[in-house]
Amino acid sequence: MSGLERRRFDALVIGAGGAGLRAALSLARADAHVAVVSKVFPTRSHTVAAQGGINAALANVTADNWHWHMYDTVKGSDFLGDQDAIEYMCRAAAHLVVELEHAGIPFSRLPDGRIYQRPFGGQSQNFGGAQAARTCAAADRTGHALLHTLYQQNLRARTHFFDEYFAIDLLRDEQGYILGALVLEIETGELLVIEAKSTLIATGGAGQLFRTNTNAHINTGDGLAMVLRAGIPLEDMEFFQFHPTGIAGKGMLISEGVRGEGGYLVNGAGERFMERYAPKAHDLASRDVVSRAIYQEVAEGRGCGAQRDHVLLKLEHLGEEVIAKRLPGIREMVQTFLHVDPLHHPIPVYPTAHYTMGGIPTNRHGQVVVPLGAGEETIPGLYAIGECACVSVHGANRLGGNSLLDIVVFGRAAGNHIIEFLKEQRTHRPLPPESLERALERLQRWDRRGEGESVDGLRRALQETMERHCGVFRSEAVLLEGLSKVREIRDRLAHAILKDHSRIFNTARIEALELENLVELGIATLVSALGRTESRGAHSRIDYPERDDRHWLKHSLYYLEGERLEFKPVRLKPISVDTIPPAERVY
Amino acid sequence: MSHPDTAADSELARLRWRCRRGMLELDLLLLPFVERGWAGLDPTAKEAFWRLLDLPDPTLLELLLGLAPPPDPLSDVVAAIRATAA
Ligand SMILES: Cc1cc2nc3c(=O)[nH]c(=O)nc-3n(C[C@H](O)[C@H](O)[C@H](O)COP(=O)(O)OP(=O)(O)OC[C@H]3O[C@@H](n4cnc5c(N)ncnc54)[C@H](O)[C@@H]3O)c2cc1C
Repeated sequence: MSGLERRRFDALVIGAGGAGLRAALSLARADAHVAVVSKVFPTRSHTVAAQGGINAALANVTADNWHWHMYDTVKGSDFLGDQDAIEYMCRAAAHLVVELEHAGIPFSRLPDGRIYQRPFGGQSQNFGGAQAARTCAAADRTGHALLHTLYQQNLRARTHFFDEYFAIDLLRDEQGYILGALVLEIETGELLVIEAKSTLIATGGAGQLFRTNTNAHINTGDGLAMVLRAGIPLEDMEFFQFHPTGIAGKGMLISEGVRGEGGYLVNGAGERFMERYAPKAHDLASRDVVSRAIYQEVAEGRGCGAQRDHVLLKLEHLGEEVIAKRLPGIREMVQTFLHVDPLHHPIPVYPTAHYTMGGIPTNRHGQVVVPLGAGEETIPGLYAIGECACVSVHGANRLGGNSLLDIVVFGRAAGNHIIEFLKEQRTHRPLPPESLERALERLQRWDRRGEGESVDGLRRALQETMERHCGVFRSEAVLLEGLSKVREIRDRLAHAILKDHSRIFNTARIEALELENLVELGIATLVSALGRTESRGAHSRIDYPERDDRHWLKHSLYYLEGERLEFKPVRLKPISVDTIPPAERVY
Repeated sequence: MSHPDTAADSELARLRWRCRRGMLELDLLLLPFVERGWAGLDPTAKEAFWRLLDLPDPTLLELLLGLAPPPDPLSDVVAAIRATAA
C-alpha cells in the first residue's frame, strides 16, 4: 500500500462533463491547485450529446422572466423540487448564458443579433399561460460547444487533467472527512492516490441501468455508488425520466422537435391516441405523460409491429423539405439504424430511459448534506453537482433544457463555495491506511482466478430486469420481484471471474467495476420505488395512482447499510419570493 | 519488439476504450465494428480508423450518419462502419 504513487491537490474534481469543468474553471481561476479526473477524454463526456439547448428567461422571442421559469420548473417537478434551489437557478440563468456567450459559445441568433430561443415542452408565459420560448441553442451542438469552450478555458487556467483515469472509491477518515479518491490509470492499470482538501463529484447519470436508454455506455452512475459505499444516502432514486420517443428496441432519442414540428403518434389501430390522454397539449404534453400513454397503449394490446411492442411516430406528412430543414439528422439516423426512410415509413418508438433525477443529496452550494436531528449537516470536504447530484431542481420530473442550466449554475456555485472552504482548510488531513485498504480490496477482488461466471451477461440481465420491473409503470408485486432478481444478480456478480487479467486498457475490468456500481444503484432505485406509495412525476404506481401531498411531499433517502429508507422535507420556501403551493398538474 | 499477438491484443484493448464516446449513437456504431470489422482492415484502413477516432463526437456522428461527406482518406472506413450498422 505504501508503494502507491500519491499526488496532492487543493481540489479534486471527479468528472469532466459540463458540471465538473465549470466548477474546475472557477477553482483554477482562483489559483487553487485543481485536478480533474475523467474516465474518457473530457470532450467525450456525455454532455456532448445535448443538442436541444439551455434554458434562460432572456425574453428575446416571447415575453419572459425568471419568475415564470421558476413556476414552470416547480410545476414540472410535480412540486418535489426544492424551491430555494430552483429560484437560485432560474435567477442565475440569464447571467450565466451571457457569460457563456462571452466565453465563445456560438449561440444561434435572431436577425437582430440577439440569441435565438426555441420553445420546449413545459415552458409557459405568465404562470401557466401561453407557450414561452426559453431555450438557447448553438445549432444542434449546444453540449459540444459548452464542453469544448469550458475545456479550452480550463487548459488556459492550468487545471491539471487526468484523462482516462477511473475513480474507484472515495477516501475518508473516522470523522467522516472526505480526503480524495483512489483512481486507476486505464492505459497502464497503475493505481494513483489523489489526496485533496476538497472533493467534488460530477460523474453524470446512470442511464445504463435500463436496457433501452438514450445514454452513452459510460453513464454508469459511478459517483453515486461511491457515495453510497462511503455511508452517504442517495436522494429520490425512484425518479428516473423516460423520454417518450426512443427508437424502439435501441433507445436512441428522437427529439421532441419532431413532435414540435407536427409529427404525431399513432397506435396499432392507426389512432392518434394522445388526444385521449392530453386533451389540450396532445402529442406535446410533458414527457412523463406521453411515456405513460405509450406504455398503456402497448400494455393494453394496441401496439404496432409483429410483437405489438411499440407505437409509431409519423412524420411523412411533413414533407422532405421541412424534415431536412427543421429536423436535420433525424432522417439519416433512422436510415442508418433502422434501414427505413422516415419520409415514407413511420418510426417505431417506445419510452427510453433518459435522465437520473435522483442522486447525491446537496444544498444549493453543492455541499453534500445528510440528515441530522431535525435539520441537516454537511459532509466536510465533499461536493456534488450535475446529473449525479440531487440539489433538487428537477424534483420528480426534469424539464428539457434545464439540465445544461443546472450544470453551469451549480458548477459555478460549488466552485465558489470550495474557494471559501479552502481558505479555512489550509492543510491536508492525514489519510488513514484503512480507508485506502477498503478501496483497494474492491479492485483486488477482480484479480481472483479460477472457476466462475463471466461478467458479460450480467449487465444485460440487470438492464432487462430494471426495464421490466422498474420502468414507466410500477406496482408492489412487480417491484418486489425485480428486487429479488437484482439481489440475485448481485450475488452472482460477487462470484464472477474475469478471464482477462492484463493491465493495459483492461476494459473488461473497468466494466466489472461499473457493473458493481450499477447493481447497487438498481437496488437503491427499486427500494426507493417500493417505498413511495404514491404516483408523482416520473414515478407511477399502478397500485397508488394518485399524488398524495399529505404523506409524500418529501424526499426519500436510501442508505446502503440495511438497504433502508429515510425521508426529509421538501424545501418549499424560496429565497426571496412566495412559495408556489402544490396544485394539480395539467397540461 | 513484443510478440505480434500481444501487440495486436493491446491495440484492440486500446481501441475498445477509445470507442467509448459521449453519445449512444457512436457507441452503437463503433463498438460492434471493432469486434466484427476491425480485424479485417488493411493497415491503411486501420490507420484511417484511428484518425477517425480523433475527431470530435458531433463531427464523427455526421460522417457516420452520412450527413457530411468524409474526407477522401477516411471514406472507405466510414463506408465499412456504415455497412456493419445494425
Ligand atoms: C441524448 C441526450 C440529449 C440531451 N439533451 C439535453 C438538452 O438539450 N438540454 C439539457 O439541458 N440537457 C440535455 N440532456 C441532459 C444533459 O446532457 C446531461 O444531464 C448533462 O450533460 C450532464 O452533465 P454532467 O456534467 O453532470 O455529466 P456528464 O457530462 O455525463 O459527465 C460525467 C463525467 O464524469 C466522468 N466519470 C464518470 N464516472 C467516472 C469515474 N468512475 N471515474 C472518472 N471519471 C468518471 C466522465 O468521464 C465524464 O467526464 C441530454 C441528455 C441526453 C442523453
